[in-house]
Amino acid sequence: MDWTGVGISLLKAFLVFFGVVNTVPVLVWAERRGSAFIQHRLGPNRVNIGGFTLLGLVQPLADVVKFVWKEDYVPAHANRAFYVLAPVLLLVPAAMTFAVIPFADDIVVAGRQITMQVADLNIGILYVFALASLSVYGIVLAGWASNNKYSLLGGIRSSAQMISYELALGLSVVGILMIYGSVQLDDIVHGQGEHLFGFLPKWGVVTQPLAFILFLAAVFAESNRLPFDLPEAENELVVGYHTEYSAMKFAIFFMAEYMAMVTGAMLIVTLFFGGWQIPWVESAELQAAVGAIPAALLQLGSFSAKLLFFLWLFIWVRWTLPRFRYDQLMRLGWKMILPLALANVFVTGLVLYFT
Amino acid sequence: MVFKDAALTPEEMPKTTPVPEPHGRMPTGVSWEPLEAGSADPFGPRRMHVERHLVDDEGLQTDPLAEDLMVINIGPSHPAMHGTFRLKCWLDGETIVKAIPEIGYLHRCFEKMSELHPWQEVFPYTDRLNYMSPFLNNVGYAMAVEKLLGIEVPRRAQRIRVILGELSRVMDHFVCVGTNLVDLGALTNFWYLFRGREEIYSLLEHVSGARMMVAYGRIGGLMRDVHAGFEDEVRALLKSLPRYIDDVDKLITNNRIFIDRARGVHPISAADAIDWGWTGPCLRAAGVPYDVRKAHPYYEYDQFDWQIPIGTAGDVYDRYLVRMEEMRQSLSIVEQAIGDLPDGPVNVDDWTISPPPKDQVYNTIEGMVAHFKLTFEGVQVPAGEVYSYTEGGNGELGFYLVSEGGGHPYRIHCRAPCFAIYQNIGPSLEGCMLSDIVAIVGSLNVIAGELDR
Repeated sequence: MDWTGVGISLLKAFLVFFGVVNTVPVLVWAERRGSAFIQHRLGPNRVNIGGFTLLGLVQPLADVVKFVWKEDYVPAHANRAFYVLAPVLLLVPAAMTFAVIPFADDIVVAGRQITMQVADLNIGILYVFALASLSVYGIVLAGWASNNKYSLLGGIRSSAQMISYELALGLSVVGILMIYGSVQLDDIVHGQGEHLFGFLPKWGVVTQPLAFILFLAAVFAESNRLPFDLPEAENELVVGYHTEYSAMKFAIFFMAEYMAMVTGAMLIVTLFFGGWQIPWVESAELQAAVGAIPAALLQLGSFSAKLLFFLWLFIWVRWTLPRFRYDQLMRLGWKMILPLALANVFVTGLVLYFT
Repeated sequence: MVFKDAALTPEEMPKTTPVPEPHGRMPTGVSWEPLEAGSADPFGPRRMHVERHLVDDEGLQTDPLAEDLMVINIGPSHPAMHGTFRLKCWLDGETIVKAIPEIGYLHRCFEKMSELHPWQEVFPYTDRLNYMSPFLNNVGYAMAVEKLLGIEVPRRAQRIRVILGELSRVMDHFVCVGTNLVDLGALTNFWYLFRGREEIYSLLEHVSGARMMVAYGRIGGLMRDVHAGFEDEVRALLKSLPRYIDDVDKLITNNRIFIDRARGVHPISAADAIDWGWTGPCLRAAGVPYDVRKAHPYYEYDQFDWQIPIGTAGDVYDRYLVRMEEMRQSLSIVEQAIGDLPDGPVNVDDWTISPPPKDQVYNTIEGMVAHFKLTFEGVQVPAGEVYSYTEGGNGELGFYLVSEGGGHPYRIHCRAPCFAIYQNIGPSLEGCMLSDIVAIVGSLNVIAGELDR
C-alpha cells in the first residue's frame, strides 16, 4: 500500500476542509461588515481581545462561543430523531462537495505527481450535483421534523425550489461539458487555459456567456440566498425551516448555508472563470519559471482571488435585491431558465457540429 | 402526521378547544377530545370546509384537494406585523383562501383615558396613536380643541406646526416605505431611509426634548418656541433628506423583482377605496386626489406651491410611488415655510389657555394663580361638539370632541385613518399568496397604535 499517497490525500482533505470551514466565520464577518458598508453603517466593531478588534474579525469568535453555550433546546412537539438528523444531513453534503474542486495544476514533487484536489473523480461535476441534490433532504426534514407550520412551509418551498433549479443548474453546465469534452473539473480547467483568437482566454464565460448567467441564477437559488431566499424569508416565514432550531444546530444550518455559497462560488470560478488558471500564463511555463510549489501557490492565489470576488458578489446581491414570490420563482425557473438552458445546449451542439 | 392539524371553522376554532400540549398538560378546567373519533395522534386530522370558496355557483366542489386547508396565524408577534395585530389565514398551498383579521392587541383605552384628563394633558396620549408621526397627532388634536375654543394660534406657531408636521410626515413615509421594502427582502433601503428618520428625530429632540414621543403641541400654540439654530438645522435636513429618497429611488423603483412583487398586487378602484373610507396615500394611489391639506386647507397650506401625487391602479406599487413623491412635496413645503418663518409669540396671549411665562408664575400673583388654575382645573373649553380633521401620516386624522364645559373632555373620538383602511383586509387578501400579505400590510401603513388606540 502506498502509505505516502494515503498520507498526502489525508493531508489534502484536512487542509481543504479546514480551509473551507474557516472561510465560514470570515464570510460571516464579510457579510456583516459588507452589508454595513453598503447600508451606511459600521457593522460589528466592538468585540475585542485585549483591545484588538481586528476590524471586527473577533466577532465571529464571540458568535461561536455564544452558539456553543446557548441552551440546545428541542421543542417538545418535534420529531426528535429527524430533528437532530436534519442539520447533519445538510452539513455533510455541503462539506463534501469541495473534494473535486481543483485548486492548482498538478505538480511533481520528488518524482510523485500530486493532484491539487482532494479526489480526482472521473465523474467530476456529477459528483457535485449529486451531493448538492442531497442537501434538500436536510432542509425538508428540518421543516418537517420541527412540527411548525412556518418551518413546514419553508421546507416545502425549498424542496420545490431546489428541485426546479437543480435542473437548470445541470442543464446550463451541459454546454460547458460539450465544449471542453469532459465532466472532470480538472480537464475543464485545463481546457480553459487555451486562448481564443490568440488573445482571449478560453474561459467558460467567454465560450458560454448565456450558460454563465443561467448558472449564476441557479447557484443563487441553490444556495437559498436573496433574491431566492424564500425558504427562509424572515418576514414571511419567521426564518422558515430552521425557525425551531437553536444553539449549535442553528449554527450548523448557518454553516451549511455559507458552505453552499462557497461551493457555488467555487463552481462558478472553476467552470466559467478558468479555475486556477492565471490569464495569459501557461501553467507549464510558470512551473518551469518559478518551480512547482510556488507555481501551485500562485495558482491557488489566482483561484482564491476569483473566489473572493464571487463571494463578495453573493453578499452584494443579497443586500441589493428584493425577494421573489413563490410563483414568480417557479415561473423564472421553469419558463425562462430551463428553456434557455435547453436552447443553449442545442445551439452549442450545432456550433460544435459545424466547426 | 402532525401537519394535518389544519383547520376548524372560524366559529369552532379558538375559544373552547385549546390545542393540546403534547405532554398531556392541559389548561385546568378545560376538557379536550379529538374532533375525529379514532384519531390516535393528538394532532390528528381536523378538517374545515370553507363552503363559499370550495364550491362554484352550481354547488359543485371545484377543488377536491382544497379541503385540506392549513390554518396559519400571522401575528400578533410576527416579523412582518409591524405592531401587534393578527391575521388568521386559511392556506391552500401558499394561496390564501380566507383571512380574518383580529385587532385590539394594542388597545390602550385612548378615548377613555382622555376623558379622565384635562384637555391639555391628552397630548402625550395622542403621541402614541400613530407613533411614526407623533407631532401630526399633536397638531390634529390641538386644532380640534382650538376650534372648540374658537381661537387661532399665532402665525409663527402655525408655521412651526407646518414645518415639523411635514417633517413628521416624511418620517412616517420613511418608515412605511422602508419597512414595506424590508418585508419584500430589500433591507438596504430600510437603512437608507431610517438614517434620514434619525436625522429628523434629532431635530425633534432639539426642539422638544424627546426623539419619538415629542408631545410638543399645546392648546393655543406649542410647548415652547423653537431653539436658536432651528432654521439652520431644518435647512441642513432639506439638503440631506432628498439624498436618502433618491438613493432608494435609484435602488428599487425600477427593480424588476420589486415591480413584479408590487405591481397589480392588492389593487383597489377609486370607488371601492372611497366606499371603504380610505384616505391618505392609499386613497391617492387609487387615483382620488383627496388631501385634507388641499381640500380643506388649514395653516395656509393653500398658499404653498405643492401638488398631490396620485396613482392609477391603487396597488402596492402605486402606494409606494405616491409616498415617494409625497415626501418630496412635503420637503418642498418645508422649504417654502422655513423661508418665511415669521417672528412673534408661539402661544396665544391668554393665560386661561396657554400657561404664563415662568418668571410671571414665580414672581407675580396673577401669573401664579393663572398657572394654578390651568394646572388644576384645565383649559376651560365651552360646551359644544366639534369634528376637526387634518392630514395625518396615513390619511385623514379626525378628532371628534364633545365638551360639557369645564376642564375635561366629555368624549373624544379619534378617527384613525388606518382603521378605515384596514377594514376590508380580510376579503381583499383572498386569492393572494402568503408572500403578498407582507407586501400588502406594509403598504397600507397600518399602525397598531392608531388602529387599536
